[in-house]
Amino acid sequence: MPDTVSVTINGVASHVDRGTTVAAAMLLAGQATRISVNGAPRTALCGMGVCFECRAVVNGIAHRRTCQLLCEPGMTLETNQ
Amino acid sequence: MIRAEVLVVGAGPAGIAAATAAAESGLQVIVLDDNPNAGGQIWRAATVDHNGDASSGDSARRKALDRLQRSGAQVLGGHCVFNADSSGTLQTLQETGSASVVTQFQFEHLILATGARERFLPFAGWTLPGVFGAGGLQALVRGGYNVTGKRVIVAGTGPLLLAVAAHLVEDGAIVPTVLEQASVAQLAPFTASLWAHPAKLMQGASFRRKLWKSSYRTGCWVVEAMAGSDGQSLASVRITDGSRTWTEPCDLLACGYHLVPNTEIAALLGCAFRGNFVQVDETQRTSLPNVFCAGEPCGIAGLEAALVQGEIAGLACAGLTKSSLQNKAAAENNFGAGLEVAFALRDELRSLPQPDTIVCRCEDVAFGSLSGCSSWTDAKLQTRCGMGPCQGRICGPAVEHLLGWRPVSVRQPLFPVPLGALCSPDEAIEINN
Repeated sequence: MPDTVSVTINGVASHVDRGTTVAAAMLLAGQATRISVNGAPRTALCGMGVCFECRAVVNGIAHRRTCQLLCEPGMTLETNQ
Repeated sequence: MIRAEVLVVGAGPAGIAAATAAAESGLQVIVLDDNPNAGGQIWRAATVDHNGDASSGDSARRKALDRLQRSGAQVLGGHCVFNADSSGTLQTLQETGSASVVTQFQFEHLILATGARERFLPFAGWTLPGVFGAGGLQALVRGGYNVTGKRVIVAGTGPLLLAVAAHLVEDGAIVPTVLEQASVAQLAPFTASLWAHPAKLMQGASFRRKLWKSSYRTGCWVVEAMAGSDGQSLASVRITDGSRTWTEPCDLLACGYHLVPNTEIAALLGCAFRGNFVQVDETQRTSLPNVFCAGEPCGIAGLEAALVQGEIAGLACAGLTKSSLQNKAAAENNFGAGLEVAFALRDELRSLPQPDTIVCRCEDVAFGSLSGCSSWTDAKLQTRCGMGPCQGRICGPAVEHLLGWRPVSVRQPLFPVPLGALCSPDEAIEINN
């Protein structure tokens, strides 16, 4: 079985299998990756780095395409407001 | 500056075949891909090792990747191409956990194997969490999103739907129904033509076997995705067959309307187009002598077409041709032409969006606000439709289908990049965010 990686998603600790993308980790945690211009929650759509719906704040940096990024131990993930 | 005799953009089947053929012919080859790993979409491997077999997957994929590695071609993952010019330079952005790195490449030959993306058509509720692309959901599952026990409706159009549904069932999802918008009459000639492609027929049959519990309904499509009591995530979808409309509960919707080619780099370079596709000759050469193109950007024709076109392009860079490959490519291109007819979008899909349905997800532009606009450029100026970070990659093809507008220009940067990336570095530079 895979080993796990611990990340923080919107302030809550989360443990995901190693190799999980950040987009998948945020879906598993039930957290939106971003809030749209009109204030609606959004999650990944295309899964392949094209649509930018999965962009979130990763380690304090906004607008990271999380479907192209794997979880690393200790990562801080937040919904992109 | 990194130099390559042959620079391949895209490490999917076409790019892998191209790079392998060029490197085995003695050329120095570098392959770039935006994804962390080679394989592209159809050969996307699971990054989470649930069953101890993350590295195995499909045997054709494994063989192709092994051969690529032996060929000596160098594969660089995580490189997003944001600029290129036909004089022979190209720039990429790599994003790590904490920094952005810009790298400049110089090439003698460029092979564009940039693949395709899903076409999305806006319908009420399609922006709700729980609604994904069809291939989109599959990619996310391979990235570790667990769908075990989830009730997933797969909808849209194209041969991808059955493949996605079969994989979701293998991953533990419950797929009650697969909704294909094309009518059974429209699909019939295509289905019959599969007898000339036994491998594809076998693959289709294997998907259907895995979906023995699911109903495959032709001539049906989703008209609305509806939220549950929380108002914020999907609970059911409204489906129609054109005369009758009904509601089905679901946890997730995987909906995509076939594929559109990724042709932005070709357009930026100034390659000639044939409709929406890059125009190539029988050696996959574009209108620019040092630029080749293989796979879906030349016409949506699937895996075998991508492999043979890639090999032709890779050999062509070494000045080699094989007539047997060109015959095979012609047969596969015919298969692609059949796909286009079989999965042509029905007119009713143009009336899916309501005035308040979001068309441009980046900028939250509603369908109704486009009604006073006369063209894609006008809509961009008046409403910001297509002006967000996806640069119209999602709403562009949707608007083209809904209103017939074509995007008119492609400019660099092809993807959003930090300002520092535009300072024309001669060497790789690191931008600390």
